[in-house]
Amino acid sequence: MATTPPVIPPLAPNATFLDTNELIINMGPQHPSTHGVLRVILKLDGERILGTECVIGYLHRGVEKIAENRTYTQFAPYVDRMDYVAAVSNGLGYCETIEKLLNVEAPPRARFVRTILTELNRISSHLLWLGTHAIDLGAITPLFYCFREREEILKIFENYCGARLTTHAFRIGGLQYETYDGFDQQVRAFCNQFMEKIAEYETLLTGNRIWLERTKGVGILTAAEAIDFSVTGPLLRASGVKFDLRKAQPYAAYSEVDFDIPVGENGDTFDRYVVRMEEMRQSIRIARQCLDKLPEGPVMAKVPKIMKPPVGEVYHAIEAPKGELGYHVVSDGSTQPYRIRVRPPSLINLQALDRMVRGLLVADVVAVIGTIDIVLGEVDR
Amino acid sequence: MEPSLLKQLVESAGAITDGFKLTLRTMLRPTVTEDYPDEAPHFTERYRGLHVLQRDEQGLEKCVGCFLCSAACPANCIYIEAADNTAERRISAGERYAEVYNIDYNRCIFCGYCVEACPTDAITHGHGFELATYNITDLIYRKEQLLANPPAADNSSQ
Ligand code: SF4
Ligand code: SF4
Repeated sequence: MATTPPVIPPLAPNATFLDTNELIINMGPQHPSTHGVLRVILKLDGERILGTECVIGYLHRGVEKIAENRTYTQFAPYVDRMDYVAAVSNGLGYCETIEKLLNVEAPPRARFVRTILTELNRISSHLLWLGTHAIDLGAITPLFYCFREREEILKIFENYCGARLTTHAFRIGGLQYETYDGFDQQVRAFCNQFMEKIAEYETLLTGNRIWLERTKGVGILTAAEAIDFSVTGPLLRASGVKFDLRKAQPYAAYSEVDFDIPVGENGDTFDRYVVRMEEMRQSIRIARQCLDKLPEGPVMAKVPKIMKPPVGEVYHAIEAPKGELGYHVVSDGSTQPYRIRVRPPSLINLQALDRMVRGLLVADVVAVIGTIDIVLGEVDR
Repeated sequence: MEPSLLKQLVESAGAITDGFKLTLRTMLRPTVTEDYPDEAPHFTERYRGLHVLQRDEQGLEKCVGCFLCSAACPANCIYIEAADNTAERRISAGERYAEVYNIDYNRCIFCGYCVEACPTDAITHGHGFELATYNITDLIYRKEQLLANPPAADNSSQ
């Protein structure tokens, strides 16, 4: 059978092949600099971005649904798999939420150890961000340096709880493990050497012309916009809003330590870099104070073996490395949660992407995705 | 315009020089990486790796087939069939033992709940981690693969 050839529409009278139209292209889900399986649909006019649309869900595992078929204790290891570079923070948020629901409080020693580990986790998460963000913008060396220090933190985690990434370090009501021998020395040694290392990263980046050109004035988010998009964490603070849940609603041992909240001015990519670098310094400060004040005593509160929280619901949020990480747990009085809803900081911060990249060039999308610091495990859950 | 351009040039050159100095200094520092797989990886004592089913001093299996581990497991990956010990055939010190004990490593999340739940400390985390295989049915480990070697006569297979 003879098929009719497709009809090619005639070009506009004066058009040449050099004429450009609006172009729609896909970035991801296999693009290395989308930090996972994020697909961004870009609408371009030449190199300029007219608009973006994020397509998410490639890493959806139904974590919230899994929770409904697990007991409260059994679900605890699963939260580590959401933001897997900050598993300790996820665990802290979950355990504290269920403690609130059960009306128990972790003993002081547990609260201090939790604070130390969470702050170390914040550093390791920021280090991963710094390394990958820098490599996205063409600076390869910082990645190796960042991973070198991150390894030290992971070793502390491995020593403490037996796993490096999906740590499952905390239990509802306190800690499963007492600290190991040499915990204090190891954390202190890390704190001491890490201060110099931050200065090294800054030597490589802060004055570097390429870094400055790629980050200054890129992806600006004003304070009002940041609040409208309800972004949290370093993104919000870099826009000049001094809001940190560790100060606003202290949990764990944050009310007993002294630290500053770094804020930026312009809300651009460079400010977010500066804010996160300063946050790492503050984390060291917190960890040191906690070590000094670390009380003796039990690490586990009295919690029933079979947990049956009273009927009700509770929302509790913590300041995860990426922003406000909240858990909304509804209990129907049985051993399994009726519903768990997670407020993941990455997902909500990602919504500001479109606002931040409009009018920029294609290459800046990479910078902005890097600066938002998303983890797709958490965006998709 | 001119002086600021010159200033920029000097500043950039300075920043790059500082960066290279740091790189060179780092090259002279001791190596921090490990040489896996040529060198065995270093695990800490508490590392949660492949499980090991322990034996007591007599070489009897510690597991008494109580199902507490499989009840605690969030991933539902432990499968046990328990049987009674008899006078002729004594496998464990308790009344019962695990005739079949499988852990499905397709599902295991290495959370450590089974180890915490075990009343006889029969199941523990070893330091094994090289699980990769081309065939996922190989990931269902049977009791024979999980059991520790008998204490004294270490001649049989695992
Ligand atoms: S480590 Fe956790 S998931 Fe694995 S077998 Fe034990 S209880 Fe189950
Ligand atoms: S391993 Fe321990 S918990 Fe599991 S069946 Fe055997 S004795 Fe019971």
